[in-house]
Amino acid sequence: MGLDIKIPIGLMFTILGLILTILGLVTMGDTEMYEQALGYNINLFSGLIMLVFGCFMLFTSTLFKKKKAEE
Amino acid sequence: MQTTFSLGTIDWTIILIYFVFVLGIGWALKRYMKDSSAFLEAGRSLPAWVTGLAFISANLGAIEMIGMAASGAKYGMMTIHFYFIGAIPAMIFLAIFMMPFYYGSKARSVPEYLKLRFDEKTRGFNAFAFAIMTVFSSGISMYALAMLAQVIMPLEIDWNILGLHIGEFDFYLLVSAVIVLVYMVLGGLTSAIYNEVLQFFLIVIGFAPLVFIGLKEIGGWEGLKANLPENMMHSWKFAGSADANPLGVQWFGILFGLGFVLSFGYWCTNFLVVQRAMAAGSMSAARKTPLIGALPKMFLPALVVIPGMIALALTNVGTLELPLKEGTMVTDFDKVIPVLLMRYMPVGVLGLGLTGLMASFMSGMAGNVSAFNTVFTFDIYQSYIKPNKSDRHYLKVGRWTTVVGVLISIMTAYVAKSFNNVMDFLQLVFAFVNAPLFATFLLGMFWKRTTGHAAFWGLIGGTISAAIHHGFTLPAGAVAGVKGGFFGLVQTYPSEMAQNFWTAIYAFSTALILTFVITLLTKKLKTDDELKGLVYSLTPKVKDDSKYWYQKPQVMAVIVGAIAIALSIIFW
Repeated sequence: MGLDIKIPIGLMFTILGLILTILGLVTMGDTEMYEQALGYNINLFSGLIMLVFGCFMLFTSTLFKKKKAEE
Repeated sequence: MQTTFSLGTIDWTIILIYFVFVLGIGWALKRYMKDSSAFLEAGRSLPAWVTGLAFISANLGAIEMIGMAASGAKYGMMTIHFYFIGAIPAMIFLAIFMMPFYYGSKARSVPEYLKLRFDEKTRGFNAFAFAIMTVFSSGISMYALAMLAQVIMPLEIDWNILGLHIGEFDFYLLVSAVIVLVYMVLGGLTSAIYNEVLQFFLIVIGFAPLVFIGLKEIGGWEGLKANLPENMMHSWKFAGSADANPLGVQWFGILFGLGFVLSFGYWCTNFLVVQRAMAAGSMSAARKTPLIGALPKMFLPALVVIPGMIALALTNVGTLELPLKEGTMVTDFDKVIPVLLMRYMPVGVLGLGLTGLMASFMSGMAGNVSAFNTVFTFDIYQSYIKPNKSDRHYLKVGRWTTVVGVLISIMTAYVAKSFNNVMDFLQLVFAFVNAPLFATFLLGMFWKRTTGHAAFWGLIGGTISAAIHHGFTLPAGAVAGVKGGFFGLVQTYPSEMAQNFWTAIYAFSTALILTFVITLLTKKLKTDDELKGLVYSLTPKVKDDSKYWYQKPQVMAVIVGAIAIALSIIFW
C-alpha cells in the first residue's frame, strides 16, 4: 500500500511524546499531582519513551529514505 | 468511591489527536482504493510486521481487554493458558502448515477456501455463520466503547430528534459508529489494519505504567504472591485435578479442549485473524504473520492479566474496593482496568491510557466490519446475489457493505445493551458453530479423499452435538437456561470454563468422526487436479525466499515455541 504506516505512527507518537514530556517537565516536583502514581513523574517517563519511539519510526520510514536519496 | 474520571485539557487533547490520526489515515489511503482487491484484501501488499501486529490486535478488542483482566482476577495465573497453550501452538501450526493453502490457493476468504476444497453448501454455511458472528462481535465492542465513554466523559445530553430520544449512551454510540464508518469507507481493510497497529503501540505504552505502579504498590512479584492464594500464582502446578485450581479444569481439559479444539478452531479458521495474514505481500510474509504476532502475544498477559491479579491482591490487602455489579452483591471484575487507570494515572498519562482502551474497542469494531465486508461481498453477494459483474461494481458493493455492516452493528449494540441473556445465548451459538470447524479443515487439508458432503454434514453434526452436550450439563451453581441444562441434567462441571472446554471437545470429536465415516460412504467428486494447492499431499512444497536463515518461518517457529515453553516453565 502506498502509504508507509511508519509515518502516521511516528508523527503521532512524536507529538504525544512531546506533549507528555513538556507536561512532565512543567509539573516536576508537583508531589500532590504524582501522589497517586506513588511519586513517579509518570508523564515525563512515558513522554520520553514515546518521543524516542516516534522519532525512531519517522527516521526509518520512507519519508526519511526519500530525502536521503534526493541529497 | 470516586466514580467519574476528572479529565484535564491535556487528556482531551491526547484523545482528540488520536482521532485526528485515525481519520487522517483513512483519508490518506483513499487514493489507493482503486479496485475491490485494494479495498477488501489490502491489495495483498503489506509487510509482515504490519500484518503480524494486526493479527493479534484484531483479537485485542473489548472482549479480550476487559475479559482477560477479569479472568486474571478470577483465575489468576491460570489465565495465561489462553495465551501459551490457547494461542501459540495454533499460530505456529497456521504459519507452517495452513498458510500455504490459504495464501497459495486463489481463495480470497476462508469460506471461499471451503468452496474450492469442498462445495457450495459448506461455504454457504460458514459464510452466513461468520457474517452474523462478526456483526455481533462488532456490536459488543461498540457497546463497550459507548459504556466506557459515558463513564469517563459524562455529558448532559437529552435530545429529541424526530421523536427519538438521544441520551449520552446513544450519542457516544453514534459518534464511534460514524468515525469507524468514515475511516473504513475511505481506506477499507488497509485502514483497519493500520489502525490496529496504531492501537497495539498505544496499548503497550499506555498500560505499561499502570502495571509498573500497580506492582510497586503491592510490593512487586513477592507482594503479589503474598496476597493471593497459591493456586492463583501457578499455571500448571494445580492442574492435576479440577477441584484444586480456580479455573475448575484439569490438565486434559486445558490441553485438549482449550489448547487443541478451541484455540486451533479460532486462530486457524477464523477469517477475522486469517484475513490479516492473507493481506501480506508475499507467501513468506503471510507465513511469518502469525509468528511475528506470536512474539508480542506471549507478553500481553503482563499488560492485561497482571492488572486483574494486582486488583484482586489490593482488594485482599484492603486498600482497594472493586465496584459491585449493578443490583447484585457480586464483584464486577469487568471494571478492573478503568478502576486501576483512575487509581494511578494523573492527568496526561490518564488520557493516554483511556485512548489505548478506546483504540482497542474501536479497532475491535473495525476489524469485524472489515472481515464482514469481504465475506459478504465475495461469498454472499458475488456468489448468490449478483455474480459476473465488473470489479468496479464489487468495489462499490464493498463500500456500501461497510455502511450496512456498521448499521447492523449499531443494532446489535442495542441488543447487547437490552438483553444480557441474548448476548450469552449468541456467544454460545457461535461456540457451537466454531468448535467443529477445525475438524473439517484438518481432514480437508491433510486427507485428499475427504468429500464435500462429509464436510458439510460433519459440521452440522458437530454443531448439534455441541448443543446437546450443553443442554445436558451445567456449571456448578447455575440454573438451567442459557448456561445449559435445558434438556435435563446429566453432569455438573466445577466451572463455566470446564463446561465450555468439554462442549468443544464433544463438538470436535463428533465432527471428526462423522466427516471420516461419511467420506468413506460418499464418492469423491473433485479430481486430484482440482485439489492441487488445496490439499497437503497434492501441493508442491513452498520454497521460502527469505534472505537470511533466521528469517525462515521454520526457524522463527522453533524460536517462538522455545520461548513459549520457557515462559510456561517459569510460571509453572
